[in-house]
Amino acid sequence: MKLSTLQQSYINRRTNSFRGSTQLDSSTDGAVKSPATIFWLVLHGVCCLISLVLGFRFSRLVFFFLFSTSSNNIYTVPFNSDAGITIPVETQLNHINSLNRTAVVASRVVVGRHGIRIRPWPHPDPVEVMKAHGIIERVQKEQKALFGVKNPKTVIAVTPTYVRTFQALHLTGVMHSLMLVPYDLIWIVVEAGGVTNETASLIAKSGLRTIHVGFHQRMPNSWDARHKVESLMRLHALRIVRKERLDGVVMFADDSNMHNMELFDEIQNVKWIGAVSVGILLHSVDAAEISSLVQKEGEEDTMPMPVQGPACNGTDKLVGWHTFNSLRYSGKSAVYIDDRAPVLPRKLEWSGFVLNSRLLWKDVDDKPEWIKDLDALDGDGEEIENPLSLLKSTTVVEPLGSCGRHVLLWWLRVEARTDSKFPARWIIDPPLDITVPSKHTQWPDAPPELPSNDEKEKVFAGTEEQSNKHTTKTKTSRSRRSRSKRKHDTKVIGVQVSTHSEQTEI
Amino acid sequence: MGFWKLGFFGILFGAFLFSIDAVELRRNQPTERISGSAGDVLEDDPVGRLKVFVYELPSKYNKKILQKDPRCLAHMFAAEIFMHRFLLSSAVRTLNPEEADWFYTPVYTTCDLTPNGLPLPFKSPRMMRSAIQLISSNWPYWNRTEGADHFFVVPHDFGACFHYQEEKAIERGILPLLQRATLVQTFGQRNHVCLKDGSITIPPYAPPQKMHTHLIPDKTPRSIFVYFRGLFYDVGNDPEGGYYARGARAAVWENFKNNPLFDISTEHPTTYYEDMQRAVFCLCPLGWAPWSPRLVEAVVFGCIPVIIADDIVLPFADAIPWEEIGVFVDEQDVPKLDTILTSIPPEVILRKQRLLANPSMKQAMLFPQPAQAGDAFHQVLNGLARKLPHERSVFLKPGEKSLNWTAGPVGDLKPW
Repeated sequence: MKLSTLQQSYINRRTNSFRGSTQLDSSTDGAVKSPATIFWLVLHGVCCLISLVLGFRFSRLVFFFLFSTSSNNIYTVPFNSDAGITIPVETQLNHINSLNRTAVVASRVVVGRHGIRIRPWPHPDPVEVMKAHGIIERVQKEQKALFGVKNPKTVIAVTPTYVRTFQALHLTGVMHSLMLVPYDLIWIVVEAGGVTNETASLIAKSGLRTIHVGFHQRMPNSWDARHKVESLMRLHALRIVRKERLDGVVMFADDSNMHNMELFDEIQNVKWIGAVSVGILLHSVDAAEISSLVQKEGEEDTMPMPVQGPACNGTDKLVGWHTFNSLRYSGKSAVYIDDRAPVLPRKLEWSGFVLNSRLLWKDVDDKPEWIKDLDALDGDGEEIENPLSLLKSTTVVEPLGSCGRHVLLWWLRVEARTDSKFPARWIIDPPLDITVPSKHTQWPDAPPELPSNDEKEKVFAGTEEQSNKHTTKTKTSRSRRSRSKRKHDTKVIGVQVSTHSEQTEI
Repeated sequence: MGFWKLGFFGILFGAFLFSIDAVELRRNQPTERISGSAGDVLEDDPVGRLKVFVYELPSKYNKKILQKDPRCLAHMFAAEIFMHRFLLSSAVRTLNPEEADWFYTPVYTTCDLTPNGLPLPFKSPRMMRSAIQLISSNWPYWNRTEGADHFFVVPHDFGACFHYQEEKAIERGILPLLQRATLVQTFGQRNHVCLKDGSITIPPYAPPQKMHTHLIPDKTPRSIFVYFRGLFYDVGNDPEGGYYARGARAAVWENFKNNPLFDISTEHPTTYYEDMQRAVFCLCPLGWAPWSPRLVEAVVFGCIPVIIADDIVLPFADAIPWEEIGVFVDEQDVPKLDTILTSIPPEVILRKQRLLANPSMKQAMLFPQPAQAGDAFHQVLNGLARKLPHERSVFLKPGEKSLNWTAGPVGDLKPW
């Protein structure tokens, strides 16, 4: 601390050490020793001695008592013994001089030491904080109106989904993203296997305008077939857009994707069909496997995360596509939904494309001629992997997100085992009466009353005893049900996420 | 014939400058013109309204000093050097002193720098005296009016008082030889010894190119409520506070260091300019002197300046309605700063932002090289033009003398 103040005093020119070094300045002081100067010198010496003895600059106390201003609270910084010695006491003499002489005629500004005003309870007032946030919001609204998109178009989000364990996780994420979109939104949710209450109750929480339709096929178990069924579901949604003549920008929000909010601002710029860059997150239970795969390639692909999307040349014109290279992962990818291997996307995913909904309409005059009609695709042989198949030539696609340089959404597929079960609507009803700590492993030298060999039998017996031990309510007419509940808690829980609903049998 | 040539040249010059301006600061935001006579004054063209004669001083007063220390071109007092360069090639310059309205003396008094880059003003009074002695003995125009139609650029902390410490500056007062001249300075505080009547206050120099390279897109939402970066306690000279900034900066820190709405600290981030563009309010408190380059930065980046300096006189105050653009807070009201700022109605805030977005506002605060229409150089000339025509009393009758050449501290009388 002392060293730093010395350094500071060296560095900063406004120090007395500098002043002392220039003879010119000292010439301003009188060279004649008058009684006044002798008096000041003596006072100076006495003040120095007192400060040395006390260990702090006592002059501050003097000023505090002599010149305290009228404000409510004067705060004096805690005394610093170092500062008192290193800083020359000359300054305090100047203060005395200056305080005796107010600056100029009729000026309310006085040179010299002032108190530091602090109000008694300086914590922010919550009402004011809210007002400040209101001001910020108003300013940002104005900025958006001035610099944002003029005439924003409705966003039509298409989401294929089906009921499974992770549906609530994924769909809630997409739903919250869509709720934050500042533009008008229509959400088309296509559900494999027909409309269910499960999905409907999830979607109803959004408050958005939703179109919830069912699709006659069930979602198959292998990823290949699943991608195909999803494509069919999306086409089904596009047919709805055509039938209802919905106007806006169609984007594909798969329920396990993650979206950047800037994506929705960017897609407003699309004229007919646009493409954005999609980051591919390859999930694998074995992370080392993925990193070893990446390292094997070495120089070829320096990007840690593969990105699909438009490729541009120097003048920002579309020249090609960055697609997903699945050769690296051949043989190591997941086939079935619950495989523990990375799930691979297709070459180009649907979610990287956005369409102007007028492309899908029937009988529209200004539709460009490079779009194939949806009706023409009505056939069993339709194998649409991505919307590029709807076009006669792919050069008309507009690259978005500063020509694909911004990754605006991320693709990921994570699913639980197909046989995993979960409580309906994730509500445990009626609530559990008893909670019992679960035991994963058996103690080798367990005392006889604890379950050891035959799990199920002993659990029955064990739970009875435990019900005696725990004082929460037990022996009622519902004891049978409570017993079965308890059994679920004490059963060994596997590594994969799988919970058991109340209705399962032993 | 000469008049037509000058006029044609002036129109060409103006058109050239305007075209540069169109490319430079293009903004799509609808801006509000500062209505009334004050606002349009910013766009006045001084060409044709005044004539300035530039004295040819030996290079020891200007070029040699700059050669010794080229850092003078980048610090906040660089306005004196750039003003000289601008006038040398400006359309208002005349080579005939008989027809000149104003006389300019190019002496760089703020270029004696410490190793750290801060100017030492100890030799400046002598330098100025020596320059004035030179022009009064070589040309008759100084003695004709005793300097009343001469102007000097003195951008240092306390102007022509030539000291960085306020008490010393007040003690010295303005250099006696300059008491009839017009001073162009950055310092401005009402009822202060170092602010002469009729002075022109200019903004401190801030590098325009550097600021323009740090611009971010307009649509980036402003999410910081109050922003400030700088010292609160000058640890080297005033560790306990209360003396530096009259205790105002320390009060800001002590009251608002825990307030999440206030983004204040002593750091030197590399994203300083970008952060200012993301803030709604930028604090511009006084330091050792009331003015600061923060005001220029706030105006250029569209952040509403919150000026905490009692009795300050802001740059070009007769042309720019600062009350409508910034927020003024008394030093004694600093503890209530958050109350004051949150109680400003949003419409008022939006209006201030519109006024700030006016490109002529931003241009008036800058010293670009080469000079452009409406910039600070032109505002200085506009200010000088507004003081014309000179009153009769400016010209001294024969035998009348009011300047005392031996006044002032003894040390100033030594030759330089």
